Amino acid sequence: MSAGDQRLDGAVVGALRESATFDRPTIREIQRAAREGIYDIRGGGAKRRVPHFDDLLLLGASVSRYPLEGYRERCETDVVLGTRFAKKPLHLKIPITIAGMSFGALSAPAKEALGRGATTMGTSTTTGDGGMTAEEREHSDTLVYQLLPSRYGMNPDDLRRADAIEVVVGQGAKPGGGGMLLGQKISDRVAEMRDLPAGIDQRSACRHPDWTGPDDLEIKIEELREITDWEKPIFVKVGATRTYYDVALAVKAGADVIVLDGMQGGTAATQEVFLEHVGIPTLAAIPQAVQALTEIGMHRRVQLIVSGGIRSGADVAKALALGADAVSIGVAALIAIGDNAPELDEEYAKLGSAAGFYDDWHEGRDPAGISTQDDTLAARLDPVLGGRRLANYLRTLVLETQTLARACGKSRVQNLEPEDLVALTVEAAAMARVPLAGTSWIPGTEAR
Amino acid sequence: MSFHEFDLSAVPVRSLNAALHADADGTFRVLEPGGRHAIAVGASGEAAVEIDGHVGYYCAGMNQLATVRIRGNCGVGVAENMMSGKVVVEGDASQAAGATAHGGLLRIDGNASARCAISLKGADVVVRGSVGHMSGFMAQSGRLVVCGDAGDALGDSLYEARIYVRGQVAGLGADCVEKQLEDEHRAEVAELLAEAGFEDVEPSEFRRYGSARRLYNFDVNTAVAY
Repeated sequence: MSAGDQRLDGAVVGALRESATFDRPTIREIQRAAREGIYDIRGGGAKRRVPHFDDLLLLGASVSRYPLEGYRERCETDVVLGTRFAKKPLHLKIPITIAGMSFGALSAPAKEALGRGATTMGTSTTTGDGGMTAEEREHSDTLVYQLLPSRYGMNPDDLRRADAIEVVVGQGAKPGGGGMLLGQKISDRVAEMRDLPAGIDQRSACRHPDWTGPDDLEIKIEELREITDWEKPIFVKVGATRTYYDVALAVKAGADVIVLDGMQGGTAATQEVFLEHVGIPTLAAIPQAVQALTEIGMHRRVQLIVSGGIRSGADVAKALALGADAVSIGVAALIAIGDNAPELDEEYAKLGSAAGFYDDWHEGRDPAGISTQDDTLAARLDPVLGGRRLANYLRTLVLETQTLARACGKSRVQNLEPEDLVALTVEAAAMARVPLAGTSWIPGTEAR
Repeated sequence: MSFHEFDLSAVPVRSLNAALHADADGTFRVLEPGGRHAIAVGASGEAAVEIDGHVGYYCAGMNQLATVRIRGNCGVGVAENMMSGKVVVEGDASQAAGATAHGGLLRIDGNASARCAISLKGADVVVRGSVGHMSGFMAQSGRLVVCGDAGDALGDSLYEARIYVRGQVAGLGADCVEKQLEDEHRAEVAELLAEAGFEDVEPSEFRRYGSARRLYNFDVNTAVAY
């Protein structure tokens, strides 16, 4: 908080009028840009308020519907991913997976903690840009291996060791953008895995080097299937933008599973301007994806995993009700294993931040030992404890999801449906394509 | 280890690749490839594969140890992400030949199109003819030897890969510069040419290109280079 802010908290606040256009964060950003001559880079996802799952409510059962008994009647949570073509689909016990996050962006203990937590709960974790580490393979019963534009660390042995393959076209935080892992995070091990000198910035390309467009993607997927003898499910991950078309084209290209990442989805590092101004909210993207899948007869045959701002069982339930088969978490998983922990507040303060606000994940100075390659910092994270906390968090999400599903009379969480939802705002109603609460009005249903 | 013959006008590519994975050290002859995609991908042993005709995308993709000879032209991404072994294209290659390849040798007797050796990660690519634009884009390590000409934006955003071109270069990409050809580089070119079987080409006629390393750590003052 600046001196000006403190004064504003005092007696003079009533005498001053803050501009809605040039508010304090805007003025600070102009001043920072004028000083430094470069855009701001940070981790995480969009911070601006966008229509989200909070703008939806579930309709619990009453006279017209009957609920299931909480704590007694079964409410199934498992999900099978990759039933379209793969010989060995993934059978997960819960519909919440861990999103792709790289070794490089994250420390080895953080990757291990994610694997431990996910495995405890019977779900999958995902590699990231930088290849597969022995630790995460060892500690992840079910591991999804990402094929990214950079192809850092990509090799056929790991492809065969993986349980599924995720072709990453884009991510919600920065659809259309690549990435940059800054030199301070390029340890010798990271450098070796990526076949680049230590200490230099590593660019992650925004386009794949050997295919362009959906027709090429179809052939690329065919190659991956041939290399792995058609055993592995092939996921295609897209950042939410022109979702209706992107999903239809990914399915046409042969995807077994679509991973749809909304603009609130996190990243290790990207320009603030990208995070806040590119892509569409998760809430707006899901109905487009479901529409595309439904129109080509592939809803539930090609599974839909949704990510970007999933925080609670309510979010999970609402995403499933809108038509997702599962959800994926990234930022929330990092928080669960210790990111932004209040006990580190003093150390965050030394970095010019505070617990609950720390987002300079690209700098490699994370006092929680998560978004760093500094051995000393990384050693602070106990992967066993982190894994246990992640499992606790996932367990809570599942219990919350089941609670809400049972209240809606569903014996399987994926049986939640749009009919169980209403919206609190006109915007959310239009985006989620569910009625404004207390009405039968779904704005914009007459046109796509 | 045994001999296998596949007529791809009669059997699917799947049967070839399944056999290649089951008998990783076998000898394979592929007839009538007909431009089909993903032929001989994912080899993991010292197989010898001969393909009589033109192939589509990603032939010999992710090759490990095997030797694959294509008696024809090939589509996009031949030997993409190759780890080791040897891939020979007796004709021309389309875009992204040898993309992201980590090891082994890709020899192209004809020309290669755009983005040859893009994002190269340690393999050697030797082209008897010319290469198209953006070849060696973001190439990290390994060597690209071009006996003919190179298109525009050669070696754009290059890391540590080494590029040798005998003919004309239409233009260099960001941070790619010409460097002195020393004896060690002539020897390196000679070794690669010999490995490719192009001993008739004179190593001293090549020019060397590499990274100026000005863009290795982001600096707002060099952003205009992009």
